[in-house]
Amino acid sequence: MEIIPAEIQPPARSIAGASGNRIRLASERVTNGGDGADLVIAFNEQVLLSRVRANELNQDCIILLEDKWRTDQDADIAAAYATVCDELTASGYRLHEVPMEEECLKLVPDPRRGKNMFALGMLCSIYSMDLELAREQVRFTFRKKDEKITLRNIELLEAGWNWAKANLDIKFTIPASRPREPQIVVNGNTALALGVVASGMEVCAMYPITPATSASHYLSEIFEKVGCVVHQAEDEIAACAFAVGASYAGKCALTITSGPGLSLKQEVIGLAVMSEIPLVVIDVQRGGPSTGQPTKVEQGDLFAAMFGGHGDAPKIVMAASTIEDCFYSVITARKIAETFNMVVVVLTDASLATAQQPFPRPHFSEQWLAPPVDQSAIASGARPYDWDPKTGLATRFIPGQPNGMHCLTGLAHDRDSHVAYDPDINQEGIRHRGLKLAAFQKTLKAPALFGGEEGDLLLVGWGSTKGAIEEAVTRLREEGQAVSAMHFKFLQPMASGIEDVLHRFKKVMTIENNWCDQFDDGLIDGENRRYTALAMLLRSRFLVDVDCWGEVRGQPIKPGTIATVARDAMNGMR
Amino acid sequence: MSAPLTECLLRTIDEHYSLQDYQSDISPRWCTGCGDNGILTAVQRLCRDEQLPPEKTVFVSGIGCSSRLPHYMNAYGFHGLHGRALPVAEGIKMRRPDLHVFVSTGDGDCCSIGAAHWIHAIRYNMNMTVLLHDNQVYGLTKKQASPTSPRGLKSNTTPSGTWLDPINPLTTSLGVANVSFIAQAVDWIPELLYDIIEQAYRHKGFSLVRILQRCPEFLPTLFDPWVRNPASTRLLVHEDGIQLSAALSKTYRNQEVHDPGNIHRAREVSSLTEEIPVGILYRDDDVPCYEDLREGERPNTPGLVRTVLDEEFDKFTIWPEEQPTDAAN
Repeated sequence: MEIIPAEIQPPARSIAGASGNRIRLASERVTNGGDGADLVIAFNEQVLLSRVRANELNQDCIILLEDKWRTDQDADIAAAYATVCDELTASGYRLHEVPMEEECLKLVPDPRRGKNMFALGMLCSIYSMDLELAREQVRFTFRKKDEKITLRNIELLEAGWNWAKANLDIKFTIPASRPREPQIVVNGNTALALGVVASGMEVCAMYPITPATSASHYLSEIFEKVGCVVHQAEDEIAACAFAVGASYAGKCALTITSGPGLSLKQEVIGLAVMSEIPLVVIDVQRGGPSTGQPTKVEQGDLFAAMFGGHGDAPKIVMAASTIEDCFYSVITARKIAETFNMVVVVLTDASLATAQQPFPRPHFSEQWLAPPVDQSAIASGARPYDWDPKTGLATRFIPGQPNGMHCLTGLAHDRDSHVAYDPDINQEGIRHRGLKLAAFQKTLKAPALFGGEEGDLLLVGWGSTKGAIEEAVTRLREEGQAVSAMHFKFLQPMASGIEDVLHRFKKVMTIENNWCDQFDDGLIDGENRRYTALAMLLRSRFLVDVDCWGEVRGQPIKPGTIATVARDAMNGMR
Repeated sequence: MSAPLTECLLRTIDEHYSLQDYQSDISPRWCTGCGDNGILTAVQRLCRDEQLPPEKTVFVSGIGCSSRLPHYMNAYGFHGLHGRALPVAEGIKMRRPDLHVFVSTGDGDCCSIGAAHWIHAIRYNMNMTVLLHDNQVYGLTKKQASPTSPRGLKSNTTPSGTWLDPINPLTTSLGVANVSFIAQAVDWIPELLYDIIEQAYRHKGFSLVRILQRCPEFLPTLFDPWVRNPASTRLLVHEDGIQLSAALSKTYRNQEVHDPGNIHRAREVSSLTEEIPVGILYRDDDVPCYEDLREGERPNTPGLVRTVLDEEFDKFTIWPEEQPTDAAN
């Protein structure tokens, strides 16, 4: 997982400017970022402080810290370094000061280029990794560069390995479990872009926004190879309108954005709903409201996705819960959008966007793709909005189809697409557009339970928290607790059978990366408490007293935190 | 082998589109005397003369009086959102170069709420014909000042008159990179209105025609000084632009030979305030169209998608190690 500062070049040695990577190793499949770090390598003590203050390190965490600051010419820096070192040691961290810069200087004139390789070498030694495998990876990474660069990097890698071997008495062995099937390793945004190609969509219209943009970067690299277009529009509204235009003219198109962009697109999304143009909207959620926390994770857009625009505008909202799910969700979304002529919003988040996780290499299927644009003549007498009374579905007329001429409009319209102010017609239009949601809902199955089919506590989540919630459930069940988890892929509509599941547990609680009030705030009571988004939905739909827990710390929720929350909740029940 | 001659002839007659073929089953609901009626007539004539198949023709609009035009055409129409006609039209054209795309927009739609799209649409230079119905007032919302309203105009939101000079859509458009066709027409000279829209349609690229049109309901006398005094209308004539009939030439004697290739003179003429220039202000046939620049080298086919996906997956794949023990067992 990446730790990304908001600035491109944050001031050196600033607490807020921490950038880095979190790596979780295990012999089994890793489903989430885990709890506190057991080992950290830091190039200066100030950025390390940000992680300490954010409670990101375990109590006995091993710290490998660049030691050049101790003798820095600037007395303030040297003093700050010494103070932090003392503080870290006093707090119980196992601090090792490492002369990374000094060792790298023996090999390269500018250690800023190459210190990372030295650190990688140290890690390979500490975690008993195969050094030859690391050499191979370095060679692969620099395959397009000069041979000298590759050799220099391998020297640095080996120097780190040797230094750690000679000077550190830290050794872990985490045996790798080798997959039997080929796996691909990408982050969520790359998976989204691959999903776009695999879905058969041909136009992606976007406007740069963090943390969604890297999906478009990668898509821009590969989309033209399949004859398709990433269009960077003049703004978020235009991006969405462009996608709607492309979709109207034949094949479903998509727009990809993040919270502020979703807000701007709402009017166009409403038009797509009203005129029944298929559209896929991907929202890589970040911290909000307003500009919020662009590089940090949050699940704050659920209501905006479901109810963001004005008027009654039913659309399908689904959330990807893993990197693999990012890939397949886009394919599914395109298919639903074109089958039901609806807007499908796919929610991911900043955590999925930048995290990497292996998943089985997909086997391409032509079923994923959209059929060719229908240009056959429309039967005479057919009407552009001939809503089926049972399902609300109507066959879409595409420009180029003879006899299909009509004027699509965002105004209330009748079956001929004529503007209509007749009270019955407006009622009829809204009814049929809503019916499509019910027709789609009938195709859904209730999410499978993780853990047991009944018990004391049910944890409910959606999106990127799946791995952490399930890991917490596993730990709790090992302690003998009757805890299960249910994770939603479709938030709107929700599958049948959920209410029944909710009643099988003594307590139900959602775990979400969005805000809810806590009773320990003096003003908060049962009458004014604001619930997390999913909790509010479940309460209103099923009339079940669903509790919730949420945080908006801009960090992925940790399995340990969830386990603690669940234990507290169960203690409260007794 | 070949079809009988009579059948061919019948087919030709069959496929000949008449004016009625472009008229929808809804009769226009614009006010009597509204300039939009004349624009609709000119567009229907153009479709007939160019024999555009109605199913291959798309009229896109935003919101406002102007934007009702697609409802009155027998073609595909897209009456969307206020200000957003242009990006919708761009999306339509992007993957469907076979469609003839027209946009009807108003002074509020284009120059106010959709101003960003207007500027960028000029820069994209996608092949479409854009009719800017400019009556210098908001009509559908009942008389508010628009960005092209003359300074001092009293309206419901400016009861003591507007404070600012209007935006000049012509000079603004002529300042944008990749501008390829800018013209001005007036509803009270229908002959030229038609000629100018025809040239706009025939130009490959983004053709913008600003049409000064009268709003009989809210600003019935706004254009009277020009309508009543032909000398205050300057007709831009050129062998590459508009040529005048003898009758027109006799009425409108204020003429200037203006080469549409001359952008500097185009900007000067566009800046006139006392006179209204009518004709082709600027045309450049060499500006590339965005949809051509972005046209894929290969069409999207299942085979191609499979190949490219496999290439990409290869970059990210960890292959399982050989498992000789299994084989040995």
